[in-house]
Amino acid sequence: MRDEPLVLGIETSCDETGVGIVRGHTLLADAIASSMEEHARFGGVVPEVASRAHLEAMTPVVERALAEAGVKFADVDAIAVTAGPGLAGALLVGVAAAKAYSLGLGKPLYGVNHLAAHVAVDQLEHGALPKPCVAMLVSGGHSSLLLVPDVATSVISLGSTVDDAAGEAFDKVARVLGLPFPGGPHIDRAAREGSPEAIFFPRGKYDDGTFDFSFSGLKTAVARWVEARERSGEPVPVADVAASFQESVVDVLTRKAIAACREHGVKDLLIGGGVAANSRLRALAQERCDAAGIRLRVPRPKLCTDNGAMVAALGSELVAAGVAPSHLDIPADSSLPITAVTL
Amino acid sequence: MLVLAFDTATPAVTVAVHDGDRVLADATTIDARRHGELLVPAIGHVLSEAGADRSDLTAIAVGTGPGPYTGLRVGLMTAQALSTALGVPAYGVCTLDVLAHETGLETQFTVATDARRKEVFWARYGDARTRFLGPSVDKPADVATDEPVAGAGAVLYPEAFPNATGPEHPSAGALAALVVERLRAGGELDAPWPIYLRRPDAKVPAAPKKVSQ
Repeated sequence: MRDEPLVLGIETSCDETGVGIVRGHTLLADAIASSMEEHARFGGVVPEVASRAHLEAMTPVVERALAEAGVKFADVDAIAVTAGPGLAGALLVGVAAAKAYSLGLGKPLYGVNHLAAHVAVDQLEHGALPKPCVAMLVSGGHSSLLLVPDVATSVISLGSTVDDAAGEAFDKVARVLGLPFPGGPHIDRAAREGSPEAIFFPRGKYDDGTFDFSFSGLKTAVARWVEARERSGEPVPVADVAASFQESVVDVLTRKAIAACREHGVKDLLIGGGVAANSRLRALAQERCDAAGIRLRVPRPKLCTDNGAMVAALGSELVAAGVAPSHLDIPADSSLPITAVTL
Repeated sequence: MLVLAFDTATPAVTVAVHDGDRVLADATTIDARRHGELLVPAIGHVLSEAGADRSDLTAIAVGTGPGPYTGLRVGLMTAQALSTALGVPAYGVCTLDVLAHETGLETQFTVATDARRKEVFWARYGDARTRFLGPSVDKPADVATDEPVAGAGAVLYPEAFPNATGPEHPSAGALAALVVERLRAGGELDAPWPIYLRRPDAKVPAAPKKVSQ
């Protein structure tokens, strides 16, 4: 629809410089530059490397998004940007850019919550979100269960990881198994050749009655198991370890997500974040949702990982809901709580 | 000509608007931890005080450091984004050159600013317009001098730089004046890219630690 506002969204909370453009629920552009290759040899994201890369990539990625959408700066009605949570120095580059575009174009600024943006992005693929829904966000930096009465105004935290994020556990186990960083896709691939029942790894906080997660003990259990094998001179069955580890993670995640839906009488579950690209998580979530009579929504993988489109999608929702824009003196808040959808 | 100038490479967040003849309005706040919060509101404030609209601007001038990276990037990102949004060029100037310009000195001197980690960013000048050494980053004792020294380095390390002179922090008014002068003279101006001088702190990890006893 032509008369819906055109929103440009900027995401720089970690290593991806993402710029998306949406009109209403329609995705027009999703441009991205990643500094992942620069981080890979360090085995994790190096904040200063990411911040430098954001500054280098920002204006070219914005130009690319405008070209992809076939629009000009003058057509943009609002700017949205991830204000937190994330890496402080990385967030700051995106927030500085967004403020400058807001001032330069004379258009309102919306500083938004990264996690709420991961929820809002699904509207670009599957249309308006049911109110309420439960969202599970699982990535290298986050593992959260959220109750979402309205993504523009009200997001409630049900639980989150007490130690490592799910994606972090994938990275660390990949390293133990000699698989490259980032670990998620490599473990997913290796696991397809293995048996998820070969080894029983612990399931942290499985029956504790909370919606919190813990993956640190699992990671250590895998490392111990592998080291014992190596000590006894036996080969490490990489595929079986990968499949069994992955099963432990997705078993806990899906069990708690379904329990959250049941407890709150919610019939729609959304899964987002980079780990939502995991094929076993998608399969088991579908199976358990079907059995529980819950509708499952998972955006396509490119929209699950960090991107600018999700920020634009949330910005668009805020404009539609009539939420007041942010002031130009907002900080980048590395530990922005989920209770703050906007800043 | 209407130049918007700003610098965030030191604890000073400094903004000015210059019409080619003089500074129409300027504002400086010293706050080493809030560059991102302060800069864009200050730009809006200085523009309105100058009675200028953003669409009147003909160029952006920005200090390129060296300076602490987090604050430095705020200025450069703002300059690049404003430049593309407004369709006007953005010019970069070494922040130490701005301080040098402000001294007005005609004899040899040094500019040194705080590089944190007990080091200074520094450069040496033949006069207020001529840099002949640097910019570099070093321990104050390794570049100690009895020459006049401008910038916060002289305030922080008097034992290495006993002869403090000129401004402690750069002003965007001086940055704008320097850019106007170089544009008129057809002189060289830099791209709006940061001068870092240090590589990111990151080590390639060793093999994973064992968790078993």
